Amino acid sequence: MTTASFPRRLFARIAGQALVLFARAITAVHAEWRGVGPSPRQRVYFANHVSNADMPMIWSVLPHHLRMHTRPVAAADYWLKNRLRAFAGGEVFRAVLIDRRPEARTEDPMEAILEAIDQGASLIIFPEGLRNQGPEPLKPFKSGLYNIASARPGVELVPTWIANLNAVMPKGEIIPLPLMVRVIFGEPVTLRDGEDRGTFLTRAAAALLALKPSDGPGGRG
Amino acid sequence: MSPFLRDTLLLALGVSALLLALTVFGERLRARRAIPDPAVEVFMTRIDSWWAMVVAFTLAILIGPWAVVLLFGVASFAALREFYTYSVHSRADHLSLALAFYILLPVQFLFVILDLQRLFAVFIPVYVFLLLPFVSVLRGSTEGFLARVSETQWGLMIAVFCLSHIPALMWLHPDGSGRGMLLIAFLILVVQTGDLVDFYLGRRAGRRRIVPGLSPKTWEGALWGIAAAAGLGFVLSWITPHGPLTAAALAAVASAAGQAGHLVLRAIKRDRGLRDWSHLIPGQGGFLDQLDSAIFAAPVFYHLTRLLWLTT
Repeated sequence: MTTASFPRRLFARIAGQALVLFARAITAVHAEWRGVGPSPRQRVYFANHVSNADMPMIWSVLPHHLRMHTRPVAAADYWLKNRLRAFAGGEVFRAVLIDRRPEARTEDPMEAILEAIDQGASLIIFPEGLRNQGPEPLKPFKSGLYNIASARPGVELVPTWIANLNAVMPKGEIIPLPLMVRVIFGEPVTLRDGEDRGTFLTRAAAALLALKPSDGPGGRG
Repeated sequence: MSPFLRDTLLLALGVSALLLALTVFGERLRARRAIPDPAVEVFMTRIDSWWAMVVAFTLAILIGPWAVVLLFGVASFAALREFYTYSVHSRADHLSLALAFYILLPVQFLFVILDLQRLFAVFIPVYVFLLLPFVSVLRGSTEGFLARVSETQWGLMIAVFCLSHIPALMWLHPDGSGRGMLLIAFLILVVQTGDLVDFYLGRRAGRRRIVPGLSPKTWEGALWGIAAAAGLGFVLSWITPHGPLTAAALAAVASAAGQAGHLVLRAIKRDRGLRDWSHLIPGQGGFLDQLDSAIFAAPVFYHLTRLLWLTT
């Protein structure tokens, strides 16, 4: 990543800015800092996952000085599929790529994540794992969030709800609708003394779900 | 200098002078307070938004008709987005809504810029009304069907059809020289003045609420707003093709329609649990919040002006 030539890095930055402008022009995406402010603390933003546009939305809504230090954690099998995706994932978003298939991977995904944290980056993660395409608003969390919380207790874990993105582009549709999207940042969740994995993950999921606007007209969760 | 250019600049200078006076007034209020007062800050944010709107609109008029149509086309897109974000729709309406945003809205504004008055008047209320529900029905889902297609059509009527009457005013002038663009300024100025008089004076002194529980708007405030609009219409009649009394009467009707529209859209917001449609215009809320009165006033003003122009 650091070995990329100057024109390439410049182009990656321009592409990133263009993406931010595009996301704002189409969805008027808007940050609601409900539980925390946009301050430069080291954080892990953990969010609900319904669409491939989730990560770019959070990324777009962060102020520029935070975005520069925030890296999404993303699936290597998706982002390395072709050269365009590899450029976007590796150089525009500077994603921490992890392999979702235990049988194929050579390194422990936690190692890559902790290494990025130790380099000072904030992260965006989707603890549901795969995209949620079922009827329930949130799937059970995978263990990654707990592992981060216990290994790096100084990092703030910020629940981040992306509202209405599913209406912009429901599964199976090709044309995105220009509807307004909100990204709501809640109060950080911290691991309590002696709290076990299951309890913590349930509590973190509840904190995220509490940010969801009510269903039906006007809510648009 | 052509008379049109002269009048445009005179009007822009007049409005700027008024805004300058309000800016100085607000800054003095600000200077007098030791700690920032939220009411003054909101007032100043609104004045800043007003400056931006006046500058954008004046530049558009100076550039030409297509710039004015483009400006209102963008506003229409933002207004429709606010409406559809909170309207009832399901996945089966995805294509209908995509058509509304990407095809129907640009086509309507194309009719405005090409001055195709017949198509402009029937396209959305007749053809889209009849055919767009068919696009939704093709997906086979009938759940909440009437509510879905009704709200989709309502959004198009308000945010596209009615709103497009504002730029369409540019062609309503006997000499057809683009002077009609000043009619747009006339409509917006009289309607906004009526709203502001109602907001800052009527709500304090008025007694009888029009719709208790929905809005603090009073009958007294509404009448004062209409009177103020009529007064401004009288003064500004030189930018219209009408005499002072006709201009005043048109301004009064426009203000009445606008204030009624404000209450209608407020009822919709209340139903959806919203205070504002969006956050896009600082201090004012969304595009629909800013344009609600003008949207309802424009078609009435358009048709009355046309009627007068054709019969005199």
